[in-house]
Amino acid sequence: MSAAAAPRAGSWRNALFVAPYLAVYLALLLYPLLAGAWLSLHKADLFGGEVFVGIENFQRLTRDTVFLQAVRNTFYFVLLTVPALATISLGLALALNRPTRAAAVFRGVFFSSSVLSVTIVTLIWRLVLIPDGGLIANLLHLAGRPPIPLLSHPDLVLPAIALTTVWWCLGLPMMLYLAALQQVPAELYEAAALDNAGRWKTLTHVTLPSIRRTIVLVVIIQCVLQFQLFGQAQLLTQGGPNGASRPIVLFLYEVGFRRWDIGYAAAASEILFAVILIATLAQYLTSRGKGAER
Amino acid sequence: MSGSAQPVGRSPWEARAGFAVMVVLALIMVLPLLWTLGLSLKANNELLRDTGSVFHGPYTLENYGSILRRAAVFRWLGNSLLVSLCTTLGVLTLSSLAGYGFARLEFPGRRWLFALVLFGLAVPEQSVIITRHQMFSALHLHNTYPGLFLPGLSAPFGVFLMTQYFKAIPVELDEAALLDGASRLRVFWSVLLPLTLPAQATLGIFTFLSSWNDYWWPLISATRSEMFTLTVGVASSQINFAQTSGLGFLMAQAVFASAPILAVYVVFQKYIVRAVSGAAVR
Repeated sequence: MSAAAAPRAGSWRNALFVAPYLAVYLALLLYPLLAGAWLSLHKADLFGGEVFVGIENFQRLTRDTVFLQAVRNTFYFVLLTVPALATISLGLALALNRPTRAAAVFRGVFFSSSVLSVTIVTLIWRLVLIPDGGLIANLLHLAGRPPIPLLSHPDLVLPAIALTTVWWCLGLPMMLYLAALQQVPAELYEAAALDNAGRWKTLTHVTLPSIRRTIVLVVIIQCVLQFQLFGQAQLLTQGGPNGASRPIVLFLYEVGFRRWDIGYAAAASEILFAVILIATLAQYLTSRGKGAER
Repeated sequence: MSGSAQPVGRSPWEARAGFAVMVVLALIMVLPLLWTLGLSLKANNELLRDTGSVFHGPYTLENYGSILRRAAVFRWLGNSLLVSLCTTLGVLTLSSLAGYGFARLEFPGRRWLFALVLFGLAVPEQSVIITRHQMFSALHLHNTYPGLFLPGLSAPFGVFLMTQYFKAIPVELDEAALLDGASRLRVFWSVLLPLTLPAQATLGIFTFLSSWNDYWWPLISATRSEMFTLTVGVASSQINFAQTSGLGFLMAQAVFASAPILAVYVVFQKYIVRAVSGAAVR
């Protein structure tokens, strides 16, 4: 900021422009964050009983098999969805990066599910996944096979939720890749053509290296998003069977708003915050590097 | 798409094969939607016997009739609209003012405060939920409209976006207006704000869509059925899945609830895609 931009430099009155937002930010984001950190050090319930217990809530978390299962589920879910999303959407973007009308229509189709809310997505997919008359069961029936209880089998439930999620979230990474592909200088392709590079070689030596940072960015953004899995699991399975599909956020929701063990829930939310903070820092460093490169 | 970045050309045969693959993938993508639409057009008792009956007639609109006779869905639709509009207007106002302040004005602690706002980008909604819920309980804001839209106003993304946008506008514009004797507020309102319309559109669409599709906060804050937003309302009928009136009705509700946003998407596709992808990259 140059001083010329602000002739009445350093005036408190200038801060009036940012004051309304800052007031909302402090009251509704920063204060709850700090109060939550404080609360996580207490044994607290809904009725105002608060006893300072230090890090006991966190120690309890490390012993809580339900929480540990939720952590495992969450990481497994991220592992199931993020590589699938990052590669499938890359394939689609590579195929649809053309100026034709048909490509535009396809892009529109693959992005369309992204505008739906999680409640509608799960409503639709419940009727795809259920063994009792679902779409997959009907298709299996046509092939002469018995239905598969996708949502009630402990080994299949997270892959089924992951499938639902990939269908829902495919559009955004595809669009990010398309935007990046448009930025690849045409000269690079011309040079590759002059070198008689084949399609595969052009892809691996020109296209992919050129959009390297976007690939990293997509992976980080998706890790952050998928780590916060909640609605799909809560609506499709309520975390079942036997907690096989309970993610961290659902654990937090149940402890905080069903059992009202709020100090303990606050501790779980601090763990979530720490993980997301690390991922967001990684995203910030990647984006900043990208800006500097241009 | 400009097509400037076209890789090596393909033979017509390859192009046709590629097109066929795309058609198949697109069909897989829309199949769940078509399935939902099909189920919504069937009588409930017929679906109870066999959902495979979707592939042949008779079809009926009776499920949509049942929706129209239920006032609740319209109430939820209205709630969603009101909450999303308030959130969007609030975010646009607060972010524009703050963006101008951070980008153009000098005041004590400006850098430090901006860094504090940026830090907020890393705070997930779920990690502040317990204390935010306590706070709104103490203020008796649960099950009220302000209770539903206020948390959305604290998201820092808009401030970040508008600050970047104001910074990109040449400073000479403000200086000329200030030399002409215009006040700071006047420069902001009549000189700079009109120039930020593209950013306002991006931020507005992104905010409206996020607010319209938000499930987490209304699920926790709105506990009375008449204060449900559409997402929570549809979820509430879904949770009672086993006991509900029927599959066809549930699916008609899915179609009914997704129709507004899909219609908006078809019309404003270009802007929506730009807004959502822009927001993701920050």
